[in-house]
Amino acid sequence: MLTLSPLETEALRLSLLVSATAVAGSLPPGIAVAWLLARFRFPGKTLLDGLVHLPLVLPPVAVGYLLLVTMGRHGPIGAWLYEHLGLTFAFNWKGAALASAVISFPLLVRSVRLSIEQIDRGTEAAAATLGAGPWAVFFTVTLPLALPGIAAGIVLAFARSLSEFGATITFVAAIPGQTRTLPVALYTVTQSAGGDAEALRLCILSVGLALLTLIIADWLARRLERRMKG
Amino acid sequence: MLDLCLRKRQGDFTLDLAFKVESAEVTALFGRSGSGKSSLVRLLAGLDRPDDGHVRLGGSALFDHQAGIDLPAHRRRIGMVFQDSRLLPHYGVRGNLLYGFKRTPAAERFITFDQVVDILGLGALLDRRVGALSGGEKQRVAIGRALLASPRLLLMDEPLASLDGARKAELLEYIATMAGHVRLPILYVSHAPEEIVRVAARLVLIEDGRKLADGPVEEVMSRADFAAAAGSRTLVTILKAVIECHDAERGISRLAWAGHPIDVPSLDLPPGSPVRARIPADHVILALHPVDGLSVRNQMAGTVLSLTPVGSLVDVAVDVGVPLHAELTPDACRDLALAPGKPVTVLIKSAAIDAAEVAGGDQRGALNLARSNSP
Repeated sequence: MLTLSPLETEALRLSLLVSATAVAGSLPPGIAVAWLLARFRFPGKTLLDGLVHLPLVLPPVAVGYLLLVTMGRHGPIGAWLYEHLGLTFAFNWKGAALASAVISFPLLVRSVRLSIEQIDRGTEAAAATLGAGPWAVFFTVTLPLALPGIAAGIVLAFARSLSEFGATITFVAAIPGQTRTLPVALYTVTQSAGGDAEALRLCILSVGLALLTLIIADWLARRLERRMKG
Repeated sequence: MLDLCLRKRQGDFTLDLAFKVESAEVTALFGRSGSGKSSLVRLLAGLDRPDDGHVRLGGSALFDHQAGIDLPAHRRRIGMVFQDSRLLPHYGVRGNLLYGFKRTPAAERFITFDQVVDILGLGALLDRRVGALSGGEKQRVAIGRALLASPRLLLMDEPLASLDGARKAELLEYIATMAGHVRLPILYVSHAPEEIVRVAARLVLIEDGRKLADGPVEEVMSRADFAAAAGSRTLVTILKAVIECHDAERGISRLAWAGHPIDVPSLDLPPGSPVRARIPADHVILALHPVDGLSVRNQMAGTVLSLTPVGSLVDVAVDVGVPLHAELTPDACRDLALAPGKPVTVLIKSAAIDAAEVAGGDQRGALNLARSNSP
């Protein structure tokens, strides 16, 4: 009971790999978009804000389908990427990571944006009078002070990626060893006869993983909060 | 050194100011809240953009509307001390002090880390977190941090505003010491006359975004519009004097001012120290002849310069070397038949005179911090 079956080990490994890749990949653009939205006014800001939030309100299946149409081997972007970079998202774990990244992106951006908005502009102005240019101010003041929000965003996005199902199965299906993450594996098992026991084990595994993530997140948030208060 | 002429509209408010600072001294910017002092400081530092005008510092233009020059804040080399210290919360005290220092080319530095720590008494604070500092300590770190960036001009925007009485006095001492040690033009924004008397050499009086007066502290503070801006009806006379001697037995200190001895309550300063004596006009008595048998310690001969009605009273300016203001009722003026040119005796109680040391006057022990290449 305490040892994991090959199917479970594979699903757990894929879930962690896909989620970690999704968060790592979406972090730099996520921080950039959050900073743009928090600090600047520009034409099309509302549209950008809406686009970022779209995956939060669209059915994940729709997001998966849109990804399939655009990023698939024959989609306009997917075909270009394959031709020029040899990169393909179709029916492999990278596709699963892309689906998770898109779905969890709004959660990441919201969290980072809120924490950037809370930073006192006066502190940044003070740093400028001490000779720090805009980039130095961003990396020595804005980014460190936004760390609690960034950490919260990472955890939220990671947790959302772990539970991602709809977009993943639509975009890259349930391929063993490639895209059969924990939720996908759970779904597959429930669809086969006599899979009840296995389904329960996968379910408990999911609960355990989610709890662990939340506990680490809480500990991390407290630590950072204390450090940033000076 | 500093030459500025700035115009900026913000809603209904228009700031339109021009003045120059020629030497490395403390210039106070005084005005009611909302008079435009803080706006001016932000425009100078490059944190806001003026509509028109220019700012030149040491011969180079920081802003020039016509020439299209507008140096960003981080390239102006103008140090700034804010009301709320604005320290970086994620750096310790040492990190805050070094933040600007590290960004200043070695050749431009005119003060060392140890000198700043010494002048501002920061030794015991260096390894503390910013959150563990008191308000006064934060401001000292903020001043040290600004100095360590070796600025060409230091702006202090009401640095005492967020502190309570005792802490105010303590930080004021540090600021006075600092101003005496560095040869740097300093603009000190304040609406507290007692701070200005202590630290500034010059005073620019601002109201509604415009300059009302500009000159030596003694001169501007004796003006009626200064009293009005300070929220007081009573004029004051400020005399710049030197401590001549102390008489512990009589409990007084004698000041020497323009040939007149002035006795004030005992001061804890060495003889020779420059002080400013503040004499409120409602504590000055006029007599037609020298008087005997009075408790009043100070008597001076002078001639009436002018009589100006101020509300229900009359401000009588008496020439005793400088104009000294006395506040009398119209009835008293009639009784004494006061008119310009009339000789009178001025009587001032010692207890009514408020004397304070002047910063920067005492250069003994000052570190020679002037840059050899300073413009």
